[in-house]
Amino acid sequence: MGEFLTQYGAEMLQHTGEHLMLVLISIAIAVVAGVPLGILITRRPRWSAWVLGFANIVQTIPSLALFGLLIPLPLLGGIGTRTAILALTLYALLPIIQNTYLGITGVDVAVREAGRGMGMTDWQLLTQVEVPLALSVMLGGIRIATVIAVGVATIAAAIGAGGLGVFIFRGVAVVDHQLILAGAVPAAGMAIAADFLLALLERRLKIGAGVN
Amino acid sequence: MKEGQSKISQVYLLPMPHAIEFHSVTHTLEGRDLVTQLSFTVQPGETLVLLGRSGCGKSTTLKLVNGLLLPSSGEILIAGQSTTQWDLIALRRQIGYVIQDVGLFPHFTVARNVGLVPSLLGWAAGKIQARVYELLETVGLNPAQFAQRYPHQLSGGQRQRVGVARALAADPPFLLMDEPFGALDPITRQELQQEFLQLQQRLQKTIVFVTHDVQEALLLGTQIGLMQVGELVSLCTPPEFLASTAAETQTFLEGFRRMAALSNTLYQGQPHG
Repeated sequence: MGEFLTQYGAEMLQHTGEHLMLVLISIAIAVVAGVPLGILITRRPRWSAWVLGFANIVQTIPSLALFGLLIPLPLLGGIGTRTAILALTLYALLPIIQNTYLGITGVDVAVREAGRGMGMTDWQLLTQVEVPLALSVMLGGIRIATVIAVGVATIAAAIGAGGLGVFIFRGVAVVDHQLILAGAVPAAGMAIAADFLLALLERRLKIGAGVN
Repeated sequence: MKEGQSKISQVYLLPMPHAIEFHSVTHTLEGRDLVTQLSFTVQPGETLVLLGRSGCGKSTTLKLVNGLLLPSSGEILIAGQSTTQWDLIALRRQIGYVIQDVGLFPHFTVARNVGLVPSLLGWAAGKIQARVYELLETVGLNPAQFAQRYPHQLSGGQRQRVGVARALAADPPFLLMDEPFGALDPITRQELQQEFLQLQQRLQKTIVFVTHDVQEALLLGTQIGLMQVGELVSLCTPPEFLASTAAETQTFLEGFRRMAALSNTLYQGQPHG
């Protein structure tokens, strides 16, 4: 064990860093794109089936296939980090869009009606009432997306984007369990930590929203 | 710009000859008439109680007043101007709205809930706070004790008081109340009804009040409009309503008379002295 760490410690640190960056960047992009999209479809109900349908279909594409399919794309595709981030972002979109949509449409009808009836503009209703009340559900979507991204990012190594998947692929190729674990254990730890921290924040927000 | 200015000036043109006028108003949703050919007038300072069973179109009528719904045909005039002409945001800010499920914002404190419309209107923070405290006193809640609480920390009756305070916040000339006391226990309901009467005597708002409780209608209304499957079947004062022999009125009065008779019997059964 100790011997393994002296041999691979530095590399583990490097790949963990890469892995974390892949996840953080793609989740950030997915939030920036997905939250407004989720809000938009609460205002344009006719679009909701299309947007959610598209995000759903992306989610059903096997992850290895999605990485492969993106490689030949001009500009966005190719081998390396950029393609991996694109794939991870696409995967993260569904839970984020869906929970934003569900969170906002789930706000009590009486509350929304009271706001409109008192003369709030749609923007005021959205920013002062709907988003604050939907925040914990929205964050739940981000949490799910993050946990999925940590797992799927291990496949990024297959298209040369680095990350903890490097150990796993190498370990599988040479049938070395220690190498597989060197990738899998930190990835699992990262997923658990992300889940725990975001769940904590979610609960904070729920209490802040005055809902018990 | 000019249009905007004229809209603001209309705020101060109240009261007009008729505060609220419905002219043959029909509202249709997905081919079904929710209300049909409604015509009535509410004078400034009057309380029109719309009485009827669930689903008879009472709440729809209220939402037509503040433009949450627009008429499919006919016309609604508020202070002489059609709801299709009003800037609806401006209109709603001078119509207090109290609904059955209260609709208090669960993430706002009591103070912030009550101060909502004033803050939408851009009042200064100090003025809002003074107004909020004044209103909490008005509805019988100690401001020092309640201002910083959240709605989930209040009882049903207290929430309803906050709902009333919120509706009164910007001193609107109109009030719409949709079964505001419906979910309360009978004693709290009576308290709030009495306070409503005292408040109305002082404030002289133009009110449309929705209920399915005939007793409440007789107590609070200056006019009672009886609604049945989307139509206004009778419109009269409480004494006229009590004296009416029309079949629709009788259905509602039957229960009321039975209660009166019961209490009479029970009372006479008691030994005197």
